[in-house]
Amino acid sequence: MKYLIPAGVFALLVVVLAIGIQRAPSKNVIPSALIGKPAPTWSLPVIASNQSPTPASFDSERLRGRWFVFNVWGTWCPECKVEHPMLLEMARQKKLPLIGLDWKDDDAAARRWLESLGDPYDVVVADRDGRTAIDFGVYGAPETFLIDDRGVVVYKHVGAMNPDVWQREFLARLPTAAPSDGTQGQP
Amino acid sequence: MTPRRRRLILVSGIVAGVALAGFLVLRSLQENVMFFYDPTQVAVGEAPIGQRFRLGGMVKPGSVQRTAGTLRLAFVVTDYKRDVPVQYEGVVPDLFRENQGVVAHGRLGTDGVFVAEEILAKHDENYMPPEVARAIKEKHGGVMPKGPTP
Amino acid sequence: MIPELGHFALILAMLVAIVQSAFGLAGPALQRERWIAAVRPAVTMQFLLQSAALLALMFAFVSNDFSVQYVAQNSNSALPVVYRVAAVWGAHEGSLLLWGWILAAWTLAVALFSRGLPAGFAARTQGVLGLVSVGFVSFTLATSNPFERLLPAAPDGRDLNPLLQDPALASHPPMLYAGYVGFAVAFAFACAAMIEGRLDQTWARWTRPWTTVAWAFLSVGIALGSWWAYYELGWGGYWFWDPVENASFMPWLVGTALIHSLAVTEKRGLFKSWTLLLAILAFSLSLLGTFLVRSGVLVSVHSFAADPTRGIFILVFLVLVIGGALALYAWRAPLLRSTAGFEFSARESFLLFNNILLVVAAAAVFAGTMAPLISDALGLGTLSVGKQYFDPVFLLPTLPLIALASVGIFSRWKRGQLAPHRGAILFTLALAAAITAALMLGVWGGAKFLTPVGFALGFWLIAASFVDPVDRLRRGLRLTPAIVGMTIAHIGLGVFVVSVTAVESYTRERDLALAIGESGRVGDFDYRLDGLRSAEGPNYDALRGTVTVLQAGKPVVTLHPEKRNYWVQGSVMTEADIHMQPARDVFVALGEDLGGGRWSVRAQIRPLINYVWLAAFLMAIGGIVAASDRRYRRSGESV
Repeated sequence: MKYLIPAGVFALLVVVLAIGIQRAPSKNVIPSALIGKPAPTWSLPVIASNQSPTPASFDSERLRGRWFVFNVWGTWCPECKVEHPMLLEMARQKKLPLIGLDWKDDDAAARRWLESLGDPYDVVVADRDGRTAIDFGVYGAPETFLIDDRGVVVYKHVGAMNPDVWQREFLARLPTAAPSDGTQGQP
Repeated sequence: MTPRRRRLILVSGIVAGVALAGFLVLRSLQENVMFFYDPTQVAVGEAPIGQRFRLGGMVKPGSVQRTAGTLRLAFVVTDYKRDVPVQYEGVVPDLFRENQGVVAHGRLGTDGVFVAEEILAKHDENYMPPEVARAIKEKHGGVMPKGPTP
Repeated sequence: MIPELGHFALILAMLVAIVQSAFGLAGPALQRERWIAAVRPAVTMQFLLQSAALLALMFAFVSNDFSVQYVAQNSNSALPVVYRVAAVWGAHEGSLLLWGWILAAWTLAVALFSRGLPAGFAARTQGVLGLVSVGFVSFTLATSNPFERLLPAAPDGRDLNPLLQDPALASHPPMLYAGYVGFAVAFAFACAAMIEGRLDQTWARWTRPWTTVAWAFLSVGIALGSWWAYYELGWGGYWFWDPVENASFMPWLVGTALIHSLAVTEKRGLFKSWTLLLAILAFSLSLLGTFLVRSGVLVSVHSFAADPTRGIFILVFLVLVIGGALALYAWRAPLLRSTAGFEFSARESFLLFNNILLVVAAAAVFAGTMAPLISDALGLGTLSVGKQYFDPVFLLPTLPLIALASVGIFSRWKRGQLAPHRGAILFTLALAAAITAALMLGVWGGAKFLTPVGFALGFWLIAASFVDPVDRLRRGLRLTPAIVGMTIAHIGLGVFVVSVTAVESYTRERDLALAIGESGRVGDFDYRLDGLRSAEGPNYDALRGTVTVLQAGKPVVTLHPEKRNYWVQGSVMTEADIHMQPARDVFVALGEDLGGGRWSVRAQIRPLINYVWLAAFLMAIGGIVAASDRRYRRSGESV
């Protein structure tokens, strides 16, 4: 009988561990502290834009009044490459303007990247010293923010974008009248 | 003493010793664990006054105030619903900054100010203290609040 | 191509492991000689395949193959080659691969050194190890494949976490795993003995060296981790009772108990079922440690990004391995009764108490580690358990343990004959008390009430450890490696107790706010901030402080603590500077800009702290020496 005690204690332990797993926070629940707060403002040099001629710099104030997607990426970031086709798909749908923040990167490398893989962005700005990314609380690329017409961060996604997140977390959050808002007049 | 009797004494001695150790362990556990409270629990008076506990939440933007040139520091910990003012003296960890999760060990004073003895550091920026994440998640039903919070 | 070959080798390794366990377990049961004969080649094959997999991943790292996702996430072309190799086990997937390889290496060692063992028993042992291997490799393949490709390839990698770019931490996981996994050998010996339903003194003699070597590795692994935490985390502490630390410490405590109970089983044929239970427990706690670290169930400063689905896999694995072994135990252990008796003050009694106290200590650590989880699972609230709990609860069983060790060294097997040694016991105790008094009155001054207790116990153990070997030498007897090893390990423990006592009692620490040119006093040292300038490293830039430490107005040393900013990951890291001396460490870390021209500086003076790790290495050396005893290499006569 006494030889069964260890097995019994272990069984209890397994129950506790099983419950523990159920309650363990998964990696993706890290909320951004910025959500519900005004997005940081920035004014940064432009790497590429769909306007011609390409302006030398771009100011976040110019986005006020419309919903947009803010994507943090870099050519050094493997996950960004995975994400890229999804960004192209998002751009193709023309539901929201897509602003790229090229984080701690080399401008020439970024231009080569956009040329060879395609440019989904309406504007790409360069965050050479990483200041703006820090303001946004970015801890790794890629990260994608949804920002509303008042300049408030509505949602943040960590990691590569995918159709599911795009549909459920981004498009679903738009006010019903808003989607068309984004397509009018590129920034 | 017969060997049998001696054995009996030995065994009962061991059993008594282990039982005593078990009792002491449990009592020490009862006295020395630190419970975790979030700012709302503190604000509504659920947290004990004068006892050590852990307070977790986000460092409220714009709330960090230093007395210039000293180690004294005051900031506000928030769960986007209620705020708790915190005082601390010492070196803060590398990842302590506004808008980041923080866990402080310390005591709550009668004036409602939490005096921290220790501010927790983590290796990874990729981190929000799970208690904090859960507390915030439960508070907002898994969705972060939209729009500016009160 | 190379990564695919590695992946393929790993799949083959799993298949071979299945063959190894099937033949190893079924062969002896069905008495098929040829199946038994196939086990050893299978083990060799498995080791070669696992090595191929590990080398393939290493190659991918060294050649900067960023088309492999794991490499892209944990390395960078700017990373020095040494750390590219160490980056193999810098995160979850690779450390699992390393774990599997170490298990294969241990199994191969068992296969090579088991030629003296009965064929059936050796086959069963390797069969059990094969089962563990199947579990681990399938876990790696199913949930954490390190060879996954990233297409198109990344131009450069995300870099290794800067905290891991450090020699001590690069070697910490291999050592720790060698210890953890080494207990699998004792576990497999125990399972094989239970399957056969026979366990005798020869069995204990086979098991002892394996257990001792694994224990030595674990000691070094824990010490390296603690040393790293001390100088790299920038907090200056060496032990935090963090769940991950506890996860490695519990198997160590139980392993220590196992080493001592194996001695009794070997010499006297006693404690058989207890020894079995400890062997199962030591490995179970190692697996549990892995579970706790990998599943994210417990929060820790050391844990990698955690993933609950992996947790479920490990939990199932845990249930199969530990649950299976404990069921086997419940079924078979009653057959293995011990019969001999012993007197109260015989060595057996001391080792019995040693075992009880060690297991109580492990249980206390276990209770504290699991309490947050249990409280959470039962919905009693979120809590945490810290130093306030662990320190007293751990000292409660360990202080008497040290005292018992000092007396127990003099005891003899079977008969209580302490009386002839009364003089030596009292002399060593008096010597220890005198040294303690001299230290406290002459050098360091008074401190907490446990300070003299700690010093006296530590010095007593050191002094008592010397008596028996010196006595043997005087009588012209040969000193066997077993005795030398035991003596070294016990001296190591004594040194550990003394140094921890000194560190806990006489550490002086302060956070200072200093402007350039200003100084602040810590203990009898003055810290003067002389300047700040920027500096640059291979993959980071830094703010570098110059701090001169003075004692009685004379400069002792100039230190350069840094605040580093690693480019690729954009993380800020405090790099403390420590002046290591035999008598004390002078520690300084740079905090942040406080405004008003002042900077925060964390200053600490820690006496004897280096002996804490030195002691762990002494214990490990003692273990290795003891395990090298020729006695263990004689071939086994019978089971």
